[in-house]
Amino acid sequence: MKFGVVIFPGSNCEQDCYYTIQSVLQQPVEYIWHQDTTVKGFDAVVLPGGFAYGDYLRTGALAKFSPVMRAVADFAKKGGLVIGICNGFQILTEAGMLPGALLRNVGLKYLCKFEYLRTETVDTPFTNLMTKGQLLHIPIGHGEGNFFADSETLKRIEDQDQVVFRYADAHGRVTPEANPNGSLNNIAGIVNDQRNVLGMMPHPDRAYESILGSADGKWIFESMVHALVTR
Amino acid sequence: MKATVIVTLKPTVLDPQGMTIQRSLGSLGLTDITDVRQGKIFEVRLKNGSREQVERLAKEVLTNPVIEEYRVIWE
Repeated sequence: MKFGVVIFPGSNCEQDCYYTIQSVLQQPVEYIWHQDTTVKGFDAVVLPGGFAYGDYLRTGALAKFSPVMRAVADFAKKGGLVIGICNGFQILTEAGMLPGALLRNVGLKYLCKFEYLRTETVDTPFTNLMTKGQLLHIPIGHGEGNFFADSETLKRIEDQDQVVFRYADAHGRVTPEANPNGSLNNIAGIVNDQRNVLGMMPHPDRAYESILGSADGKWIFESMVHALVTR
Repeated sequence: MKATVIVTLKPTVLDPQGMTIQRSLGSLGLTDITDVRQGKIFEVRLKNGSREQVERLAKEVLTNPVIEEYRVIWE
C-alpha cells in the first residue's frame, strides 16, 4: 500500500505525514513534487498542511493550479484515496474536489491547540475501524478553518452523511462553546459524495504517538490501510 | 488598457475581518458606521483590449465562487 505525500512550495507538514506513514503505520511512502504530472503507482495521496504558495490570494487558491493537482483529481475520480489535512483541506475545496470553503476563524486568531472531534460516520475509508460517536483528541493549527457552505450545499452534505468529524467537548457534546473557529454545524472534516476524498482541519499527523499527547490520529491512517487492504 | 477587479465576500458570507474593524471604531468615535465589509482590489494592465482574459482571470483565479463575487471597472 504505497502512500504519496505531495509537497507544494510552502508545505510544512509533509515530514510529519511521511514519518507517520513510514514509522508508525510501517507502510511504503514517497514524496510527490507539485510539478509532477502523475501519481501513478500510489494507492493513497496525502495533501499535507502548511502554507502552499504562501497562501497568497486565498488559502489553497494557487496550489490548485499546480500540475500535480490535475493528476490528483483524476486519481480521485477513479476512486483513489485522498486525504487533505489543514492546508490540504483548503486546497481540496479550492480545487472543487470538496464542497464549501474555509474562511478566516471567527475571532481572527490563529489557533494551535488540542480539540475533541466526534466521529459522525464510519461509512468512509478513513473511519472504517472506528465507532460512530468515537471521540478523537487531535490538535488544530490554523487561521482559516471556519467551514462555510451555502445553505443548500450544507443541507446536501448533512443529508448525504458527508460530515466525518465535528468539534465537540470532552463529553462528545457538539456545542457552540466547543466550536473553535465558527465552522457551520461545528464541521471539522468532510468527505466528497464518492466518499474517497477527506478534508479535515485538525492534524492526525500531529497525534500519532502518545508521547505527542495523543495517538488518536492513528485511527484515520489505519482505517485507510484497512480500506486499501480489504477492497 | 487598465482594469480594476474588485472582489468581495458574498453578502450571505460572514466577514470576521470586517466585523472586527467595525467593532474597533467605537474608540475613534465613528459611531455612525454600522457595517464594514473587507474585500480586495486587483489592478490589471492588458494589451489588445482582451476583456475576455480579464473576465477569466477574475472568475477562475481571483474569486472563489463559493464565497466571493467580483466586478470589473474598465478604464
